[in-house]
Amino acid sequence: MEKQIIELEAATIRFAGDSGDGMQLTGTQFSDTSAGLGNEVNTFPDYPSEIRAPEGTLYGVSAYQVHFGNRKTNTPGDEIDVLVAMNASSLKVNLKHVRKNGIIIANKAGFKDKNLKLAKYEVSPLEDGSLQNYQVFAYDINEMVRNILQDSGLSTKDVDRTKNLFALGLAYCLFDRPLAATEKWLTKKFGKKPEILEANLKVLREGFNFASENQDMIVRYHIKPANLEKGTYRNITGNEAVALGLVTAANRANMPLFLGSYPITPATEILHHISGYKQYGVKHMQMEDEIGGITSAIGAAYGGALAVTTTSGPGLSLKVEAMGLAVILELPLVIVDVQRAGPSTGLPTKPEQSDLYIAMWGRHGEAPMPVLAATSSTNCFEMTVEAVRLALKYMTPVILLTDGYLAQGSEAWKVPDVNTIPEIKVNFATNPEGFAPYNRDPETQARMWAIPGTPGLEHRIGGLEKENGSGLVSHDPMNHQRMCEIREAKVANIANDIPPVTVDGPESGDLLVVSWGSTHGAIKNALYSLRQKGHEVSHVSLNYINPLPRNLEEVMRRFKRILVPEMNLGQLKTLLQAKYLIPIIGYHKIQGNTFTSKEIEYKIEQLLSEKEN
Amino acid sequence: MTTYVDQLINKEYIDIPKYSPKDFKADIDVRWCAGCGGFSILAQVQRIMPDLGVPKEKISFVSGIGCSSRFPYYMNVYGFHGIHGRALAIASGLKVARPDLSVWVATGDGDCMSIGGNHLIHTCRRNVDINVIMFNNEIYSLTKGQASPLSKVGQKTKSSPLGLLDDPFNPTSLVLGSGASFVARGYDKDPGQLKYLFERAAKHKGFAFVEVYTNCVIFNDGAFEEYTRRETKFESTIMLEHGKPLIFGEKHNKGIKMDGYRPVVVDLDDGIHSVNDLIVHNEQDSTLALILSDMSFMEGLPRPMGVIQAIERPTYDEKVTWQIEHEIEVKGQPDIQKLLKGSDSWEIN
Repeated sequence: MEKQIIELEAATIRFAGDSGDGMQLTGTQFSDTSAGLGNEVNTFPDYPSEIRAPEGTLYGVSAYQVHFGNRKTNTPGDEIDVLVAMNASSLKVNLKHVRKNGIIIANKAGFKDKNLKLAKYEVSPLEDGSLQNYQVFAYDINEMVRNILQDSGLSTKDVDRTKNLFALGLAYCLFDRPLAATEKWLTKKFGKKPEILEANLKVLREGFNFASENQDMIVRYHIKPANLEKGTYRNITGNEAVALGLVTAANRANMPLFLGSYPITPATEILHHISGYKQYGVKHMQMEDEIGGITSAIGAAYGGALAVTTTSGPGLSLKVEAMGLAVILELPLVIVDVQRAGPSTGLPTKPEQSDLYIAMWGRHGEAPMPVLAATSSTNCFEMTVEAVRLALKYMTPVILLTDGYLAQGSEAWKVPDVNTIPEIKVNFATNPEGFAPYNRDPETQARMWAIPGTPGLEHRIGGLEKENGSGLVSHDPMNHQRMCEIREAKVANIANDIPPVTVDGPESGDLLVVSWGSTHGAIKNALYSLRQKGHEVSHVSLNYINPLPRNLEEVMRRFKRILVPEMNLGQLKTLLQAKYLIPIIGYHKIQGNTFTSKEIEYKIEQLLSEKEN
Repeated sequence: MTTYVDQLINKEYIDIPKYSPKDFKADIDVRWCAGCGGFSILAQVQRIMPDLGVPKEKISFVSGIGCSSRFPYYMNVYGFHGIHGRALAIASGLKVARPDLSVWVATGDGDCMSIGGNHLIHTCRRNVDINVIMFNNEIYSLTKGQASPLSKVGQKTKSSPLGLLDDPFNPTSLVLGSGASFVARGYDKDPGQLKYLFERAAKHKGFAFVEVYTNCVIFNDGAFEEYTRRETKFESTIMLEHGKPLIFGEKHNKGIKMDGYRPVVVDLDDGIHSVNDLIVHNEQDSTLALILSDMSFMEGLPRPMGVIQAIERPTYDEKVTWQIEHEIEVKGQPDIQKLLKGSDSWEIN
């Protein structure tokens, strides 16, 4: 039937259901299809920390959100335009995020007495009028797929498992998207099980047709492709971007890659990816613990590998002593910390930015280390390559901070041409004449890197303080002070080797927002909205936290007020205030989820109105 | 493009220089206490190095923290003095990254069995090709005399002034149970045997663990006297030799036989028993190795010295290399651009 077409800039859809309902897969398919059409896409999976929580429960809800648009989407979206709710619990958990007059597609089969009881509803919300502020489309999808597949010969269990594809087909129709990409994917996945493939394809198409012919669903939404640069694109999560960044950097440095790691949410996928890259000569060890992860990497670095360890907060705490060892050894090492909500086990599947203090200062002794932060899932790739560059050039361990939100969220990524990524030069010492392990490059202060197997350069290094130059153990008090100062200056000097900050917005004025890491996206969207309302606000997004970019203080001083929103209780705020003695307004959210752009927008509007008063 | 590390790994040596033990002595004073058992270990390690058939630059010593862990500073090869308990994890990373190296670990009973216990059991299980020398002095010496996990029950130390309550590990049983492929024991006062054990460990492909009874003259003097003094050692120890029956005693008149599943001492002069009743040592028999190792702590049985077990199985580091070679064989030479592109990319024109 003829539908009314409404053009949108961007929309957010969330597929929600039980852990076993296939919502992650459904969301990924919707995201891939949209990206393939040329939309900007950001996604975020939201799943319980239990693997298969009891069916139908509130805490067993698994969801996948896709924000897609014809402009940069930046975040997985604040408000949900379309919620697909496969059961009562998934409606209850997600309803608060659905915008007023938003669309709810509900599977009636998930709203039976048992489901309602588990979701703690007295009466079905589909029937008590409580959803009158939304456009609700409720169908018994289980019954529909059973009808569609009644002659398929599949078991009821197998038939019921296709219901997510019916919902996906329906959503494709609603947003005017083709089925081809998902059909191709299904064919690849189920090629060896023709009866399952046939059933899945049939249900997907019937879902689409059902919406297309449905008299109630009179509107279709259309989102034009974004104005993207030409090139090859793919979706990528932050964790995969880190893994690919490491392999790429190893290639650019012409060095073998070694990963020592231990499984921990939400960093584990980096280990998963790397362990599959054997074809690329990558070596990895899944060690017995976090300490083994970092110390095996330090051993590999000593042997001349590009060595990496990956972890999240609790693991970083365990690695602290070894990080100090890497500092005094002055060996290159990349430590990736995918931050999650702490302290202790905290909220293990939820993101936070609360490891900045430990990254900066969480070691005994004076143990300076460069600290970098990625601002988006795709930026994880660039910052990983950068972390490797700095580690190798300055002979130092480097910490790269990402978080669970960047790590598991995905966005469309323009695949770079490897040959356009600069080569990373590594100078191994080979000449015995005048060699001493702590002789330094006059420019970078990096010490000589002589690896076992090099004749004539046999030497000993270790965690005891070294005499500068010779590298012999030294307890001389003046040497210790000198070495502490050299290590400090070496890291501080990196400020001359990183890009200055750029201001998004006016170069001076009333209010500057300074952010680090993943709050970047929500701030960008807030600024977009504020500018449409005629407000002038500026933004600086930090990729480098130690050392800070050289021009940061000067930029900050050009503004009357500085706002630092961060997912902690003020860690960057404290750092900047301590360093520059500039007062800062903190905005802290520590709820296991990211800032929404609306929250940032309101906060800025509030600050702007305070000034006017 | 071949990496520098690959060049080192694949370097072919036509003539390895003729070394003497002093080529392996670092130009630095050894700072152990006079009379420390460590000197004997150091001397024997330096004695075997020239004949390993390994160029000097290919040898690396790794250690943790403790008196024993100063060892790498005294060896004129590549050396890495790490942090407490982590030597085996560091050495594992080094060996996997650099399978061409001869990697050695010097460690103590505290470093290896207490704080480093987790790395120890897992390195055994993986069979990483590392040679470990554990200086066992049954005490924490560098921290001046606390009980170690190998100290004796009831032992009075600075941290157990009223007598130690903990039971010790049986170290050789611990490593055998964890899958160590080569396990041996010697003691500082028998340099000849130490030299032999170190040579065997060096030749063994896989994880080699040599426990050395190392007297600490300051904090635990005489801990091993029963097994090392001339007056008692023949009755309290038994020297294991592959293919030979288990005979001990100053007059070679005692033996070990199996009584059911228990080893027992028999008198070869009693007119009842003969050599034919005795256990014949077989280094490749892992069941026997466990029995012999357990014997160490059994009342009335001599403590075995020598090679308890030597079994070859594929090493972790070579398996890592094989897996990479296999992947390249199956999937072809690596193409990073293809990897970045992934399997679900699309073009924007």
